[in-house]
Amino acid sequence: MASADHTDHGLVTSTGVSNEKLGMWVFLGSECLLFGGLISSFLLYKNRSGTSSLHERPHDLYDLAFTSISSFVLLMSSLTMVLAVSAIQRGELRNTRVWLGVTALLGSIFISGQVYEFKEFLNAGYGFTHSPAWSAFFALTGFHGVHVSLGIVMLLSAIGLTLTGRIGRGQAESVEIVGLYWHFVDVVWVIIFTVVYLIK
Amino acid sequence: MATTDGTLALGPGVDAPVRPMGVFARPGSTPGWRGWITTVDHKRIGIMYGAAALFFFLIGGVEALLIRLQLAAPEGKVLSADLYNQVYTMHGTTMIFLVVMPIGASFMNYLLPLQVGARDVAFPRMNALSFWVFLAGGIVLNSAWLLGGGADGGWFNYAPNNGVMFSPTHGIDFWNMGLIITGISSLVGAVNLIVTVLNLRAPGMTLMRMPVFVWMSLVTQFMLLFAIPVLTSAQFLLLFDRLFGARFFDVSQGADPLLWQHLFWIFGHPEVYIMILPAFGLISEMIPVFARKPIFGYPFMVFSGIAIGFMGWGVWAHHMFASGMGPISVAAFSVATMFIAVPTGVKILNWLATMWGGKLRFDTPLLYSVGLVTMFTIGGLSGVTHAVSPADTQQTDTYYIVAHFHYVLFGGALFGFVGGWYFWWPKVFGYKLSEFHGKVNFWILMVGFNLTFGPMHILGLQGMPRRTYTYRDNYGFNFWNLVATIGAVIIGISFLYFFWIIWKSWKDAKAANAVLSGDPWDARGLEWMIPCPAPAHNFDVTPTVTRLDDFWHRKYAEDESGRLIRVAETADVSMKGDGTGVHLPSPSYWPIVLASGLPFIGWGLIFNLWFCLLGGLIVITGIYGWVMEPADDPEAGHGHEDDHPSDSDDSSAAAEVAAPEEAALVD
Repeated sequence: MASADHTDHGLVTSTGVSNEKLGMWVFLGSECLLFGGLISSFLLYKNRSGTSSLHERPHDLYDLAFTSISSFVLLMSSLTMVLAVSAIQRGELRNTRVWLGVTALLGSIFISGQVYEFKEFLNAGYGFTHSPAWSAFFALTGFHGVHVSLGIVMLLSAIGLTLTGRIGRGQAESVEIVGLYWHFVDVVWVIIFTVVYLIK
Repeated sequence: MATTDGTLALGPGVDAPVRPMGVFARPGSTPGWRGWITTVDHKRIGIMYGAAALFFFLIGGVEALLIRLQLAAPEGKVLSADLYNQVYTMHGTTMIFLVVMPIGASFMNYLLPLQVGARDVAFPRMNALSFWVFLAGGIVLNSAWLLGGGADGGWFNYAPNNGVMFSPTHGIDFWNMGLIITGISSLVGAVNLIVTVLNLRAPGMTLMRMPVFVWMSLVTQFMLLFAIPVLTSAQFLLLFDRLFGARFFDVSQGADPLLWQHLFWIFGHPEVYIMILPAFGLISEMIPVFARKPIFGYPFMVFSGIAIGFMGWGVWAHHMFASGMGPISVAAFSVATMFIAVPTGVKILNWLATMWGGKLRFDTPLLYSVGLVTMFTIGGLSGVTHAVSPADTQQTDTYYIVAHFHYVLFGGALFGFVGGWYFWWPKVFGYKLSEFHGKVNFWILMVGFNLTFGPMHILGLQGMPRRTYTYRDNYGFNFWNLVATIGAVIIGISFLYFFWIIWKSWKDAKAANAVLSGDPWDARGLEWMIPCPAPAHNFDVTPTVTRLDDFWHRKYAEDESGRLIRVAETADVSMKGDGTGVHLPSPSYWPIVLASGLPFIGWGLIFNLWFCLLGGLIVITGIYGWVMEPADDPEAGHGHEDDHPSDSDDSSAAAEVAAPEEAALVD
């Protein structure tokens, strides 16, 4: 995109993409490999549920309907994120706050669903320390949950900064960059949902 | 020039902190140690990377000498078996993560903005953050010595040997925490330097006009970007196993220890190129200067580097030929490993062709560069023998491997770095290191290096195992081990000599009180257009680049018969360092504040989770302080004639606020 609409004194970078946005893209490239390592570990271990009498694998216990709904909620938050970016680009601060807030709320619903799911598994006797399969399951989905939670913190911080006037139309790109992160986290969930939940 | 005291002081600025937000202060440019801990100047950060790496180099060097003293004679008594395990593990880890990588980072930080013609890096504060986080990680790793002993499983800490059952001390936890923290540093640095190279190039500096060092650094940073998170994920799994009872490497519950090996080496093999490519870049800058010829086959140099960057991801399992992973994997990785020798060979031939027919001037930097080419070739050849898997199954875990990787990492990377120090020292500190002593030092190091690691080839082929704390008298290992130990002592002496040379050259330069020209080597890169030492604001005007080695072509042209003729005096095409109105990024406390929280999180995970709370609070304070502070101190000076714009908005990269462009001035 053209760099004319953000605030680095109109200086055009060599690629035309602003430093901040390019930096976020580069960082997300790195995140791919972090999740790549965790997803590979899960794929290797998903059937190794230990030697005790409790030997059910993660996909024996999934509540697919429940997780599908919470996945849908998370995906919808990408839509509201786009609306937030679009609002700040038009300079509508109130709408920006509303949509950022809705995005954070949808993310929180997803996280609550994950906490509920984890509690169900714990009640059934399958914790983080049960077996390689369950360690890998909790590590992968937990890492993703931490990423969503950090995203929520970023969204709330962005709302706070629009209230103090530090983010306005001129800084629309900051919201867009938070959005990049948020969409990435959603896309990773699509992969995790497919690999972990849908593929037997 | 904007210096007030010493060679590196920033220009005068506002001393009192300003508080635009009422709460969060941003320091002005301050002299003394506060100037250093708050600096966001890529040059100072590069110097600090180098200094910290040299400090860790002393620690790693002492560990190396302890190993060699233990092995000097059969049945050595210097170290116990347990302590020996810790010492070689910490030696390897320290030298890789706290010496070779940060020395590379030091050169990249200092040189990349200068070589692409930029004011600073893309994110100056993140640059400071990556240094402080690196230092924090190094401290956490080495704090193990004071808090119960170091890691003891080799630098790769294979599973299941890295579990609590087989390594019950906290050594491996320190290793884990320390390297996760330095991994954050590498990640931050990679994002920063990649964006710098892609986005902050001077006008006309197209990708194929960038110096080879910039290219090799870019490839290195991309490899770091993708390799580090794999190590981090593996280390998180190990951390969960060791501290919270997860089962990732618990074989009794059906876990597979090979998972660790794969994850580790998917990181570990790119890591090898992460360590060597910066040195390749450095000598690709130095050899053309001393051969007075352009680099031979520039596009081949670039594309072979990129090819190494890609192929480096497809050869990791050659570290695992002995693990029983099956004949197809072994054959595939064997072929891939032989194949990756091709781009490396291209580079070596190009360096030779650059020197061929040149008017070689054997100054110290060229000696070290030739040292790299020759020593790395020896290491490369023994490396190709590892690619042959039947041979490798004989060599693996013997001293032959130790010989190999010291030839590529010491004979390769470190020789290039020392050469780079001699070459860029005047640019950084404003005085040259002694040529005479430098050459003597080179030959001492060369002899010591080959005496130490050459015999290890023989010992390895005789079957002497790595990571074994002693050997019996009648094994036939005595003579070459003694030779290796003598060599190690000579290496130690040569580095003490090097430190003495630094001191002596500094003293002589101070006594002579001569002003060094900006271009003492008659060199080619943009960084030589500016005075020595480099002024805080880098370029007076942003240079406009029309070809590779632009500065050289401003000085020289070729006549009809292809002979070199001077077209301009160096002083006439150089900058005076008196640029005005240059808007520099303001210093900041927050990078060091944020970084200082990380060790507490690390120690807290090991000892007491309350420390994590403390560390977490510091980190959160750091992050919010960072976000809230204005990117620029609105009242700070910008060099000598202060005419900064009155607005002070949130552009976080003041480096973008460039000086006038040369083209604009000329047109």
